[in-house]
Amino acid sequence: MSGLGLLWQGAAVLVGGGLLGLVYKGLDRKLAARMQARIGPPLRQPFLDLGKLLVKETVVPKDAVGWLFRAMPFLALVASFTVLLYLPWGPFPAVLGRYGDAILVLYLLAVPAVAMALGGFASGSPLAVVGAQREIVMLMSYEFPLAVAVVGVVWRLSTLGVGPAFSLGTIAAAPLWGQVGPLGVIGLAILAACLLIVTPAELSKIPFDIPEAETEIAGGLLVEYSGTYLALFYLADAAKTVAMAALVVILFAPYGIAGALGLTGAGAQAVDLLFHLLKIFAVMFVAVTTVRVAMARLKIDQVARGFWLQITAVAVGGLVLLVLDRMVVG
Amino acid sequence: MAEAQKVYEIPIGPIHPALKEPIRFTFQVEGERIRGVDVRPGFAHRGIEFMGLKRNLIQVLYLSERICGICSISHPIAITLAVERAAGIEVPPRAQYLRVIFSELERIHSHLLWAGVAAHELGFDTLLHLTWKVREEVLDVLEELSGNRIDYSIPIYGGVRRDIAPEQYPKVEAMIRHYRGLLEELLDAFLRDPSVAARTRGVGVLTAEEADSLCAVGPTARASGLAKDVRQDRPYLVYGELGVRAITPRDWGLEPRGDVYDKAVVRLLEIGQSLDLIEKCLHEMPDGEITAFPKIPALLAFLKKAEGEGLGWHEAPRGEVIHYIRLEAGVEEPVAWKVKAPTYSNLMSWVPMFRDQEVADIPIIAASIDPCMCCMDRVHVVQDGSPSTLLKEELLRLSRAKTERVLQGLSRVGGGA
Repeated sequence: MSGLGLLWQGAAVLVGGGLLGLVYKGLDRKLAARMQARIGPPLRQPFLDLGKLLVKETVVPKDAVGWLFRAMPFLALVASFTVLLYLPWGPFPAVLGRYGDAILVLYLLAVPAVAMALGGFASGSPLAVVGAQREIVMLMSYEFPLAVAVVGVVWRLSTLGVGPAFSLGTIAAAPLWGQVGPLGVIGLAILAACLLIVTPAELSKIPFDIPEAETEIAGGLLVEYSGTYLALFYLADAAKTVAMAALVVILFAPYGIAGALGLTGAGAQAVDLLFHLLKIFAVMFVAVTTVRVAMARLKIDQVARGFWLQITAVAVGGLVLLVLDRMVVG
Repeated sequence: MAEAQKVYEIPIGPIHPALKEPIRFTFQVEGERIRGVDVRPGFAHRGIEFMGLKRNLIQVLYLSERICGICSISHPIAITLAVERAAGIEVPPRAQYLRVIFSELERIHSHLLWAGVAAHELGFDTLLHLTWKVREEVLDVLEELSGNRIDYSIPIYGGVRRDIAPEQYPKVEAMIRHYRGLLEELLDAFLRDPSVAARTRGVGVLTAEEADSLCAVGPTARASGLAKDVRQDRPYLVYGELGVRAITPRDWGLEPRGDVYDKAVVRLLEIGQSLDLIEKCLHEMPDGEITAFPKIPALLAFLKKAEGEGLGWHEAPRGEVIHYIRLEAGVEEPVAWKVKAPTYSNLMSWVPMFRDQEVADIPIIAASIDPCMCCMDRVHVVQDGSPSTLLKEELLRLSRAKTERVLQGLSRVGGGA
């Protein structure tokens, strides 16, 4: 692929991903509102919010570590959007697929959280410091089950000997469900469920919006952020939501429907891309929107304990089932 | 975490999303654990008692209604009872029933309001939206009966200002049926929800001994297992005949633990109790006059001649509210007016409730006593432009000095709220 072509594709993915993130944010808010018997904001509200934030005054607190405080929103934004470049988009392979794999995506997904925590520590507000501490604890809690789920899928793929197993392109091209035995299917289902539980934690949404916790610490690590910097975090969150949901889809449901519909060529690609986006939306709706409507916010010790003990145990159980499946089926 | 070993301070308030009214907490926090708390009220002080001493009694009644929007029937009921005792006014039976109906309607909307706020503090906004939507029903009935959603202007010295017309009965009864059907759902949503239980069980515990020694009142005390309810302990109006019994978590089949969950239990069950009381009142209410003084000028003239002092008490949704009033013949204004709101009694329960809890519990514990700062705030000391703190000895000296002045008949000159 030529350098120029790569550039164009990258630009398309970044712009498209950002727009998609904001549209999905609008859908999320509207649907959540309907479920709460409210009317809710118009679908374009996230765009209006972003536009408003960009023209508002940006305040850097006197006590903040200025350069760190200013740098972190950019870091979060860049990391979130970079993930999009490493993800395959339905029929289209990842723009930078040759340069990074699932492990890189996992690390990149952790970067916005770290950036927000550092920004919180740097903002010199006790509320932000509490939020930042919570973000770090959260990160340490959910990363392990997340890694178990991803590694489980990848390891089982590698035993089947289909190309570079850690490449997301390979994972998307060879869905595991049909290649494993019944034990493996149960194991995969468990890992998929764990990943769905990790998703709202990764995205800091209720019941895991502990680092921001509006009623407790007034926005936590974001409390001192305003204007442009807040807009950058907002956009990073939108992109990360899409990236995380897309990762779930790629790992566990990378199917297209064009073949079933008997389409070929550009039409097939278009249909499959739309279907892929629909699946991403479905994951977001199940793991983020409905969950945040149906639950109260948990406390940090409850979350840490839950992820370290219960969720990790369940995820490892899924992994063990996959190992057993390998022994039985081969 | 290593740095978590050191204790640092987190200020919450006076303006903070967790607080619906201004008050300032300063928490000593170790990691996520609260080691101590300093509470500083006074931000919503408006000197209402002082204003009352400059107005005639009818005006004072309206002023009392504006102490707090949510308690806007509790304060007028307490002050009318106080003035009626001081002046020796007999209230017609029908008016007494009507006052009970309105105060129980207020209890329903106040408890629903609290339930929504509590859900919001837990980050459970769906429950907030649902409860507040449900609350509209009782507000509609209050508007139908009084003309206003809040600030009903119903009690007046000697009776009430509005009757419930025969054609309005079905509307109230329909509301009662509506809420009876909903109550089970509400209990389900709050008390059987695992994520609510995870956030409220064992959180903000106030033991029965602490509640007793700190003189907690209302649902705050009842959740700790104290069967304490002014309507039961010192019946007034027709509460004695209606037979009110203090509700504790035992009515829900639980041994009281005094945590936030128990406080939700008590408040939600009290909605059902209020529905029963309203229904009973509608059935038992006799026909007849609704006020002893149909003409306001006659009432004012009577009150101007009255002399004496009186105490009025009422079980507000948040607990016991007391008004003290002293009248002198020949003066239109009260000579003394003292308001004791339930939050004033419950304020100190925060200290044991916050001890060793987590930062995440601050909003729900603060909300669990259903604080009403604008009812409670009595004083805000500002000297040389900066707020200062008065300790017990100084306060004692000041109040003794004031008693001296009162004894010398200078109360009207130096009277302050």
